Amino acid sequence: MSEPIDLAIIGAGPAGMAAAALAAGHGLDVVVYDENQAPGGQIYRGFEAVAADRAADLDFLGDSYRAGLAIAHAFRASRARYQPSTSVWLIQKDRTIGISHAGRARMVEARRILIATGAMERPVPIPGWTLPGVMTVGAAQTALKAAGLVPRGPVVLGGKGPLLYQLAAQYLGAGVTIAAILETGARPLAALPHLVQAWWRTDYLEKGLALLRQIKNAGVTIIKNVSGLRAIGDGKLDAVEYRCGGTVQRIAAPLLLLHEGVIANVQLTMAIPAAHRWDEAQRCWHPVVDEYGDTDLEGIAVAGDGAGIGGAEAAASMGRLAALAAVHALGKISDGEFREIGYDLQRERRRYLAGRPFLDALYPPPAVAAALADDTLVCRCEEVSAGEIRRAVALGCTGPNQTKSFTRAGMGPCQGRMCGLTVAEVIADRLDRPMAEVGYYRIRPPIKPLTVGELAGLE
Amino acid sequence: MFRRLHKDSETLTITIDDVAMTLPAGSTVAAALLASGNMVCRKTPVSGADRAPYCLMGVCFDCLVEINGEPNQQACMVVVRPGMAVKRMPRPAPVAP
Amino acid sequence: MIERDILVLGGGLVGAAIGYGLQKRGLRIAVLDEGDVAHRASRGNFGLVWVQSKGDGFPPYADWARHAADVWPDFCTELEQRVGFKIGYQKRGGFSLCFSEKDFAARANLIKRMHNQQGPKGYDCEMMERARVEKMMPAIGPDVVGASFCPHDGHVNPLLLLRALHTALGVDYFNEHRASAIRARRGGFEVDAGAAVFAAGRVVLAAGLGNLPLARMLGAELPIRPQRGQILVTERLPAFLDFPMSGVRQTVEGTVMLGSSREEVGYDNSIKTDVLKTITRNAVRAFPLLARARILRAWGALRVLAPDEHPIYQTLGDHAHAIVATCHSGVSLAGAHSETFAGYLAQGGLPAHFAPFHSRRFDVQAAA
Repeated sequence: MSEPIDLAIIGAGPAGMAAAALAAGHGLDVVVYDENQAPGGQIYRGFEAVAADRAADLDFLGDSYRAGLAIAHAFRASRARYQPSTSVWLIQKDRTIGISHAGRARMVEARRILIATGAMERPVPIPGWTLPGVMTVGAAQTALKAAGLVPRGPVVLGGKGPLLYQLAAQYLGAGVTIAAILETGARPLAALPHLVQAWWRTDYLEKGLALLRQIKNAGVTIIKNVSGLRAIGDGKLDAVEYRCGGTVQRIAAPLLLLHEGVIANVQLTMAIPAAHRWDEAQRCWHPVVDEYGDTDLEGIAVAGDGAGIGGAEAAASMGRLAALAAVHALGKISDGEFREIGYDLQRERRRYLAGRPFLDALYPPPAVAAALADDTLVCRCEEVSAGEIRRAVALGCTGPNQTKSFTRAGMGPCQGRMCGLTVAEVIADRLDRPMAEVGYYRIRPPIKPLTVGELAGLE
Repeated sequence: MFRRLHKDSETLTITIDDVAMTLPAGSTVAAALLASGNMVCRKTPVSGADRAPYCLMGVCFDCLVEINGEPNQQACMVVVRPGMAVKRMPRPAPVAP
Repeated sequence: MIERDILVLGGGLVGAAIGYGLQKRGLRIAVLDEGDVAHRASRGNFGLVWVQSKGDGFPPYADWARHAADVWPDFCTELEQRVGFKIGYQKRGGFSLCFSEKDFAARANLIKRMHNQQGPKGYDCEMMERARVEKMMPAIGPDVVGASFCPHDGHVNPLLLLRALHTALGVDYFNEHRASAIRARRGGFEVDAGAAVFAAGRVVLAAGLGNLPLARMLGAELPIRPQRGQILVTERLPAFLDFPMSGVRQTVEGTVMLGSSREEVGYDNSIKTDVLKTITRNAVRAFPLLARARILRAWGALRVLAPDEHPIYQTLGDHAHAIVATCHSGVSLAGAHSETFAGYLAQGGLPAHFAPFHSRRFDVQAAA
């Protein structure tokens, strides 16, 4: 193993890119490991290709996408070393990192580690969600940003949240036919009390309202308070069924895009493991971090949505804060400079986060567990149904690690990413216990694909 | 299922199940599947059901395909290269009980 | 107060198998277990039902391991019928591969020693040259020079075995009831577990490493220690391997388990990349096709070992009705624990021929 890196950053979304630029600017030796082939993360995915080859797409990709370009360019202009197509499959408490690139695995050491692995869409099972023709809204947006792909036929959007409306507007801009938006219970009244705080983010609200206006003006059918969403088809999606106002309706469609908000991607922090806490408002697990992103583990920090959902701008702020803490810890700035710059960054971050409680209340995470039919698959990999989890609970299982060993839910290639929350929710519902008590899977490395041969040849 | 918004300048050719397909440089294998007219990438080991890409960001592991003879590659995380041979994967032969 | 004939402390494979055996024999029992997160060797182990190397230099254990392998098929059939699902048990024999002539000679020596030790009881393990091994396992790598083969060896999905035992136990299985205090009283014991108090004439300590604190509650010290073993499991692969061996086995699901190290590191169950590297190198040497398989999980689990690595069965000091069952091989011995050991307990207690399993054997060794 060679000389330790000053700061190893995992992920090149807004938090990772902003952190890298700041830390490298203060003279740290920074390496950014990114499993993707180009920087941007999910939100600014493909920004370099879009700016170079498909600049016209910026019109419908929107202002927030455009805003990311500044962060991205600063990152590219910095001295931080960028390692694309490189996955991190292990982080140990002593800050050794297992990476894999082009079929070769090796270990590196870092004085500080910043985990900026962002968010993923909340997996919310519905009957038939494994059928070809059912995808997530985020997936569809990725196809649009990264490859300029849009659906051929009419598309149904199901769920709720800012990303769903953003994609709808982007699709309208690109001339795609939206058969319907099936909205699952947004709660404007519950969100009202948070409006005052959100006022600091008027840009947020204006943007949201403009999106909704654009969608309505285009004549898209929006059906509110939908429940019982179901994907129907034999081998592929043929139709979408839903319940609304006591009746069951059906729309023929080859493509259904689902979205129920985003959650922190905690696979890496769980695997170390760092300490986590259950966040009731966002209904997911977050690593326990201080205002600089530091976890309970010496020299290991988390920034961005991976530490709690706050959006791209807040993520960039937090990335800078964590980078600043690393710069300070490695003696590149004085205590005074640290306090001064830190104060400004904290203020900026608070401003960016101001709209979040409003959004959390407006689009509450669905309470799926009780309504989940016994035959609905919760674990896509091992094809384990909600009923099988319930039977394991009836046998005496009180946590997801017991149900995992009894049902194989969580043992497949996704390593529990897609079923972890749902399985725990089903257990919590059955036992009438809080999620914090039910707990989560014990996540085992390697958390990214690694072959036996790669590990055998570990450098 | 999906169509392209643009005519791309720089393209390359791969095969999916031995059928040639031309697509823009920089595309992922998953994007190629989506644009191919048949999104299905494999049959599951448990029930043998068809699966297609789902999340396109590397977390769901549904889009596994064989690439240049290597099985179980995440199609959404691999960028196409000229001449790449992509194959949809059958259900693995089960272990005799 | 919940009253039973016998309380089994520990709901892993050892405790659950004994509890199941007692329950079948009509005793009123309760099996008390910890919650979702515990040491749980039962959830971390490799899944071999093994005979070939067990009991070298200690005939009682060689006999017991062989007996366990003999009763496994019937034990399994009955258990599967009772619970209505299969647990992935196969008994086609198992291998131990040799990668050099020196390896081969050493292994042959062990096998010969075991033959001599077991004599007319029939040990049945044999050495095979490479050609025979390759016929049975065409996927072996070029470095394999031969192997030992034992027809009594087998393997099982240990998680499904545990599930089956818990299913069979039904309401007698108490999860999240870790025994926190044991009090001897006239005619038996009282045990605090969770929010409940249990009472019984006898207790069985079958809690793995948890037996250390449990035995202390009754004033006794057990000579057991943790030993870490690291294991990896791959994604599901097409069927390629019909036999298990120490280090590699393909499960009925198609995944391949690779293991396992032996590390004296106390209660640290973390993983270490240098050890995993050794395990995977050996696996690729045994079966080169494994190089392309993706690893899904790697973990460390803690074996429960006595100084000589053989089981300890005994009553505890002055407490004739507190029985200890502590061993590393909860999978291999599951059938014997359920069908035979529980039978002994149902008939009154440990038989005279179990005396060698008492931990006082270490006092004798120390004195000698």
